[in-house]
Formats: sequence, C-alpha cells, structure tokens
Amino acid sequence: MKKFVALLLAALMVLTACVAMAEADLITVGIVNNPPSESGYREANVKDFETVFTAENGYEAKTYYSLKNDEQLAAATQFITDGVDYLLISAAETTGWDEVLTAAQENGIGVFLFDRMIDCDPALYNAAIVSDMANQGKLAVEWLIAQNLEAYNIIHIQGAMGSDAQLGRTGALDAQVAANDNWKLVVQQTATWDEAEAKKITESVINAKEAFNVIYAENDGMAKGAVAALDEAGITHGKDGDVIVIGFDCNRWALREVLAGNWNYDGQCSPFQAQVISDMIQKLEAGETLELPEDKKVISEEKGFDAATITQEDIDAYGLGE
Amino acid sequence: MAQKKFNWSKYSQLMLPLISILLIVVFNLIRDPSFFSVEIAKNNVGNTVLTGNLISILNGASELAVLAMGMTLVTAACGGQDISVGALAAIAGSMFVKVLRSGEITVGSIILAFLCCCAIAIVFGAFNGTLVSVFKIQPMIATLVLFTCGRSIAYWINGGATPTVESPLINAIGSFIPGVPIPTPIIIVAICGILFALLLKFTTLGLYTQTVGINQRAARLNGINTTLIKLLSFMILGVCCAVAGCIGVSRLGLINHETLLLEIEMDAILAVAIGGNALGGGKFKVSSSVLGAYAIQALTITLYAMKVPSTAVKAYKAIVIILIVVIGSPVVKAYFSRLWARLKKSGKGMEAV
Repeated sequence: MKKFVALLLAALMVLTACVAMAEADLITVGIVNNPPSESGYREANVKDFETVFTAENGYEAKTYYSLKNDEQLAAATQFITDGVDYLLISAAETTGWDEVLTAAQENGIGVFLFDRMIDCDPALYNAAIVSDMANQGKLAVEWLIAQNLEAYNIIHIQGAMGSDAQLGRTGALDAQVAANDNWKLVVQQTATWDEAEAKKITESVINAKEAFNVIYAENDGMAKGAVAALDEAGITHGKDGDVIVIGFDCNRWALREVLAGNWNYDGQCSPFQAQVISDMIQKLEAGETLELPEDKKVISEEKGFDAATITQEDIDAYGLGE
Repeated sequence: MAQKKFNWSKYSQLMLPLISILLIVVFNLIRDPSFFSVEIAKNNVGNTVLTGNLISILNGASELAVLAMGMTLVTAACGGQDISVGALAAIAGSMFVKVLRSGEITVGSIILAFLCCCAIAIVFGAFNGTLVSVFKIQPMIATLVLFTCGRSIAYWINGGATPTVESPLINAIGSFIPGVPIPTPIIIVAICGILFALLLKFTTLGLYTQTVGINQRAARLNGINTTLIKLLSFMILGVCCAVAGCIGVSRLGLINHETLLLEIEMDAILAVAIGGNALGGGKFKVSSSVLGAYAIQALTITLYAMKVPSTAVKAYKAIVIILIVVIGSPVVKAYFSRLWARLKKSGKGMEAV
C-alpha cells in the first residue's frame, strides 16, 4: 500500500512538473476565494474569474475556496511556496493576514484584494477592488428621494446584523430617516437574509394595520418574501401599486420582477472584478505603474435599476444566476 | 374519581406548552386586545382568504410543527436529538426544485417531485439512523456530519444560488388553494398530525419506541429490534424534513439552500423540550411538541409585533425561553406538586373540622 501511494505521488509530481514546464510562459495567479455555494453573488464572482484568468488570456490560475480564514491563510501560504506571480484574495475575515502578505511581498509576489478588504497596511498589497456597500445604500436612498413621496413609511428588512452589506445598506437609510421628518421606519427588523422571515415581518406590520408605502429589503430574496406577504393581503405593489419595493443584488429573476413592474428598484452589487485585476496585472507586467488613490481602493462601478427604465439588455448584462 | 385522576396524569404533559401559549396570549391581549382578531381579505390573485396574527402564527409554524413531530420520535427512541434537520430539509427542498425544473409543472410532476424528495430524505435519514443505531454514536455527533455538509449537498443538487420555480400550483401549496380561505401549510400540518396519530394508535411503533427509549437492554431482551426502531425513527424524521422542505420552497417559489429553515433544528429541539418530553428518551407525546412549536412561533410573531430592535430579538427570545424551561424543570415541578399536596391536605383538614 505504502509503495503504491509513493508511486502515485511520484507520478503526480512528474505530471505537475511536465504541466509546469509546458506552461512556463504563462502568468501564474493564486486565487483565494469563498466557495461559489456561498451565494448567487459568489457564484457569479467565481465564474467571472474562471472566464478571465484562462490559458487563452495568458494565465495559469490556481484556485482555493473556503469560508474559513485559517484554511484560506494556509492556501495562500501554499501558493507563495509554489511561487505564483500574483495572489488574488477575497478574505473570509478581515484580520490575520499581515504575516502572509508580508511573506508575499518578500517573495516579490503581487497581491490584489477583491470584493473584501483586509485590515492591514495598504503597502502590503498592490490594489483592492471592492464594492462600496454604503454607496449601494446611498444610490437606493437617492432614487427613493427622487420619487417625491409626501410621506415615506418604510418597512426596513435587514440582512444578517453586522455583515458588510447590512451595515452599508442600513447606514444610508438610517441617516436619511434621522434627517427628515416625513421619513419614518414603520419597522426595522433583521430577517438574516431569510426570505420566509422577511415575509413574517411584513405580515406582522400588515396585521397591526399600520400604514406603509415602501419596502426596503436588503437583498432580493427578502424583497420577494415581503412581496409574498403583500400579495396574500391583497396590497398592490410595484410600478402602478401602492407600495414601492426595493431589493438588492440584481439576481436575474429579481430584475425580471423589476422589468414586469412588480418591483420598483433593484440595487446592483457587482461581482465582476476579474477584468479590472487582469488589466492591472498586464500593466504591471509591461513595467508600468498603477495609478491609484492613496488607500489603493478601487470601487467597482455599480448602479441601480428602475422599473421605469430597465430593459431586457440590462437583465442579460447585469443579472446574476439564471 | 380514580378514572378522572388517571386522565389528569395522561394529559399533564400538555400543561407546559399550554401554559406557555397561554402566557403569550394573555400578554398579547393586554398589549393589544385586537392582536388575535382574524379578518377576511381578498388577495392579489382574487381569492378570499383569512388574515391576522393568529393565521400568521399557525401558518408560520408549519415547518417547525412537522419537524417537531419527527424530532419527538427520534428523541424518544434514541435519547438524543438530530441537529441536521434544517440541512436535510434544504437537501429535500433542492431535490423538489430539481425535479420540478426538469419539466412542465403539473399535479403529477409535483407528486413525483415530492416522492423523489421523500426518497432522498429517507436515505439521508437512514444514514443518520445507521450511525446512531448500528455504530452507537451519540445522535448529536452523528447528525453533526450532515449538519456540516448538508447545505453544500443542497447546493450541488441545483448548482445555482437561488433557483426559482414559478407556477400557480406551487403557489397553491405554499400559500392558498383557490377557494380555500385557510393557508395550505396549516392543512398540511393537520394531515401530518392525523397520519402520526393513526400511526401511533394502530401500530406498536409508539409503545416500542418508548420501550427502547426507557431501557434499551430490557427492550432487546423482550424481543424488540432496537436497531430497527431507532433507524425507523430517523427515517420518519426524514419524511418530516421532506414535507417541511417542500412547504418552505413552495412559500416563495425559490430555494435559498443557505437560508432555507436556517437554525430550525434548535427550534425543533426546543419545541420537544417545551412539550415536556424527556430529552433523555422514553416517554413522549407528539401533540405536546406540536403545541411547543406553536408557542415558539407565537413568541417570534409577538416580538416582531412589539418591534423589538433587530439586534436584541434573540436576547428577548432567550429570556422567555429560560422562563418556560425553568417552569418546566423537575425542581420547580416537584416544588409545585408539594405545594399542591399541602394545599389539598390542609383543604381536607378543613373539611374534617
């Protein structure tokens, strides 16, 4: 048995060596990401990286997926030992990365952060390409202001408390409500991204017979849950309805709801960072320097889709999932 | 007189969940007298339906009630709990969606999808059951395996993050059947309840389960196949997971395998505990657990209606649960029965005088 394993290992080594030799002229990148099963966002994110970092585009990509920070750290260390040219990281947690990133720098490995920031000295990475959750909230609130309602009575359904998306999307709305007398939160409750919970929260408001005209749900699933409660109670919603429905993430099915006029607005959270990173790597390879702001943060361009203006092309281009 | 006394002890287990529900009901009626009013409304599809907090509670607790039934049986037979029910429901729900998406959605395809999801849930239930009954692993540890990997398996089945199934038929299962004003999930729970009652009344399953739970060795020496009984309890729980998963999927016509019935295993175990069942196995009462499930849902809806801050919901829930569990604890129970006996005695003394 031992002999067999040893033989197998030897064969594997030879094979890897062959592959390595064959692809010596490719740029090797080690990608540390969260698994695609995490969310629709991640699924699109992983697919984006798979389509950009290919052999045709001149890359040899090694990928490791984990939701756990320590496993991610171990994988990153392994990538450094393997001698990759670039390390691309979407960290599970914001802390604990200093040592690994320092090691990468010492070995002359370029580091790009994507989707998620890491708490460390910006000198330790080349650039961070991230979403600005607070900006997503701001865009949605600005859109809501533009609707010019006399009074805003809002059912606010939050995501898992403390998550980046929840904090950003809640922040903008909270600020607007605090600053304006005609903006009121009828209820502000967390459904921890759970569709069924969102439905129950909305039901409780309907049962208490409180007046509301806006549903601000921090992701698409929860917006769908809230809408199900409206449907059961016979309350109209969407473009020509009594209640404005706002969701986030731009799942394809959610954008279809917006196009059909059942919802009013869906805020984008862009998972497409691979091309931006690839462009930067090509620049570095060509010997150029990157033009970046001081904190090396590059914010992904994101927008929101309005039921009045959305088109089928938008859905095809920006929709996540099927 | 003796007959009456016997009845009391038979139903005394129902006291704890009933008291919990009563507490929540009284609290709500003081807070808002119209809290439990039920009204007739017309929904957006044009059906006449019942609405109100009472309906919300009964409807919202459906998945939990079905899972509590199965969990009671597992608890009684194995003296431990299955913590993988949420994950297994997600797997079953994914299977349901997978089959439905493979063709046109008709009554026939829904039945087929349900059978498929029952089958896969029974297989996984049997897996848990085998670990527990054959390999004698503690149920909580055995089911930890599926608890950890279940939602990933659910993801593999469909691939996408939130696959959707749209059809008026699915809507009829998760919401209302046209012409029936009661939410369908409530009806499904009622059917499951009746099936359970029949199963326990007309087979020896209930008796055997209790026997295995109380004393496994004695049960085996009396010719009961203890391995089979334990295995069977997990397979029945598997079917419960399949039903719960299908209800969960049908409510919104989509499955989010990461959040479908998230953390429901804890609520299901709690329902069994509030139901006054011995968590170490043995005596059990399914109806009591179901009442426990409704008590938990009533509590959640109450907290929503009270607009408890989102950061504090779990803390509030914990406080109420501590109260209920302490009231039901053996120490407090013993104290009250002593008090009761003393009152009775002094009452008799008075009569004598």
